[in-house]
Amino acid sequence: MSAPIQLPKWAETVLVPAISVAAAFLIAGLVVLSIGENPLTATRYLLQGSLGTGEGLGFTLFYATDFIFVGLAVAVAYHAGLFNIGGEGQATLAGLGIALALNNLAFLPGFLLIPVGILSAAAFGAAWAAVPGYLQAKRGSHIVITTIMFNWLASVLIVYLLVNVLREPQSMNPETPSFPETSHIPFMHEAFAWFGITIPSSQLNLTLVLALLSAYLVWLLIYRSRLGYAIRVVGSNPTAAVYAGISPARIIIIAMMLSGALAGGLAVNELMGYQHRLLLEFTSGYGFVGIAVALMGRAHPVGIILASLLFGILYQGGAELAFEQPNITRDMVVVIGGIIILFAGALDGLFRRLVAQLFTRQKLAGA
Amino acid sequence: MDPGIIATILDSALRLAIPLLAACLAGLWSERSGVVDIGLEGKMLVSAFAAAAAAYAFGSAWIGLVFGIMASVAFGLVHGFASISQRGNQIVSGVAINMLAAGLTAIVGNAWYGQGGRTPPLEGVQRFDGILLGHSSLVYIVLLAVPLTWFVLGRTRFGLRLRAVGENPAAVDTAGISVARLRYSAVVIGGILCGIGGTYLSVGQAAGFLPNMTAGRGFIALAALIFAKWRAWPALGACFLFGLLDAIANQLQGLFIPGVGEVPVQAIQALPYLMTVILLAGVIGKAIPPRAAGVPYVKER
Repeated sequence: MSAPIQLPKWAETVLVPAISVAAAFLIAGLVVLSIGENPLTATRYLLQGSLGTGEGLGFTLFYATDFIFVGLAVAVAYHAGLFNIGGEGQATLAGLGIALALNNLAFLPGFLLIPVGILSAAAFGAAWAAVPGYLQAKRGSHIVITTIMFNWLASVLIVYLLVNVLREPQSMNPETPSFPETSHIPFMHEAFAWFGITIPSSQLNLTLVLALLSAYLVWLLIYRSRLGYAIRVVGSNPTAAVYAGISPARIIIIAMMLSGALAGGLAVNELMGYQHRLLLEFTSGYGFVGIAVALMGRAHPVGIILASLLFGILYQGGAELAFEQPNITRDMVVVIGGIIILFAGALDGLFRRLVAQLFTRQKLAGA
Repeated sequence: MDPGIIATILDSALRLAIPLLAACLAGLWSERSGVVDIGLEGKMLVSAFAAAAAAYAFGSAWIGLVFGIMASVAFGLVHGFASISQRGNQIVSGVAINMLAAGLTAIVGNAWYGQGGRTPPLEGVQRFDGILLGHSSLVYIVLLAVPLTWFVLGRTRFGLRLRAVGENPAAVDTAGISVARLRYSAVVIGGILCGIGGTYLSVGQAAGFLPNMTAGRGFIALAALIFAKWRAWPALGACFLFGLLDAIANQLQGLFIPGVGEVPVQAIQALPYLMTVILLAGVIGKAIPPRAAGVPYVKER
């Protein structure tokens, strides 16, 4: 039992995650049944709402953009053996970075202002992740606990700043004034219109391109670069890393900063791409969805993109579903996310063992 | 400040400390046996819902308590199965428990009562009323759990074995004692305590369940646990301190101090988290968790 379970690669990367997702949906279906609704009807509404119309597809991809960023954030830390559950806080701080940069540098032309906003988001996210990273690396404070604490510190800080400092003077709502028009990341339907192509309008914006680019860069970093190799060595065996001349402390801090910067992408998509101002709770718990996405995608960028798409479908389809069947609120998606995290993350061994048994039985039958 | 206000603050500090203390002791039991539990929040939430729903359905606060405990223990056993039997990642499992609880309570509450996830308001015998000094029996049960935890963990054979399992499971295993059984019993005790804490929230303190009513208390309890360095009496102190901070923040809300302006309540709210981080950083003292906490036990090695 203690020997690592050897599975063919395709089973490892496709079959096991697929089984855990299928099991998650099975349980979700049971929940739907237990509150007296039909799971099949619910699935139809869900798919129709998320993929059935051009507009729905746009919203699905908008959410997927969020999840790609937070999923990559969790994955990069995960490769270094770290559990960053501070995505919420890091994205919140990134939002603050965006608001400070855009509203103070409004005089810049758009082609400068947008990159400055994005870099500011990355820098603030990285800085907020650097502190737990430093404490883990130098003082041995457990990263899980410190990132949890930093989530709460971020939410308290942002409430204070929005209520007392950054709020628009005339407004009662705790939100900043609108960002300058030049800083808005163009919507996808606007971008397509430049080339004379009409697509249905939605919240989807060009940040999706940035997300896909980030996924490619993370792949290059983790699997094709010296730093990525160091990150993976520290993640799998810190003692060996020391003998290889790698400083685990340095790598831990760097990995956490990269992770925080990636989490900042959530703020870029939500604030620069859609809301165009900083407001409370724009992260909506997506930081935790990132954990599900990273686990399901097995911390590989391709897997993360696919898992993000699935969660995009769930979030957009879930909204439509809640509209059609008020009994099935969007909290259903949170439930599914929770079950996927449980199955793909904590109960992973259960399914792997099942699959392994299946394989050995087949081998014996074939012999 | 006049004594009336101080009495009010102390009184509400105790009220606010009780759910923290219940969850903190739950975490203490679990982590002392080597099972890290960041699902305290979720277990409190699910028990708050189950307790309010049962108290409403059966018209009895005590039946509510029973259901609250059962729901919390059930979630605890899921966590136990994942982390003890399946040797899964305990952090991941805790995150999953929290998400499941948040989603399930909201969706089931909405489907059953159609009030945006709330349970109908509880009144009369459906709630725990004050029996002594205006506090309900749950308050005294939770307070009693402190010396009980101290005694059992520090003075009984069961408790010593349980702590040994959290430090060096292999040694306990060699002595012929089941690691899994001890850890499961710790997880169940933790479930019971979280259940009492959650029930107190919805059936004692408030009159019914609200979506996400735990509002991060499970995480403050986790902070208190670190602050108390995984010990029972200090846990009481830490939870009361954090409750007191909360009570003071409530009292000062919207108050103007000449020269300072409005009191930044958020600064006081941030203190528990900040103090925990500072403590973890080892600037003042050092918080060292049980040695085997978070490490699944594999027999053959």
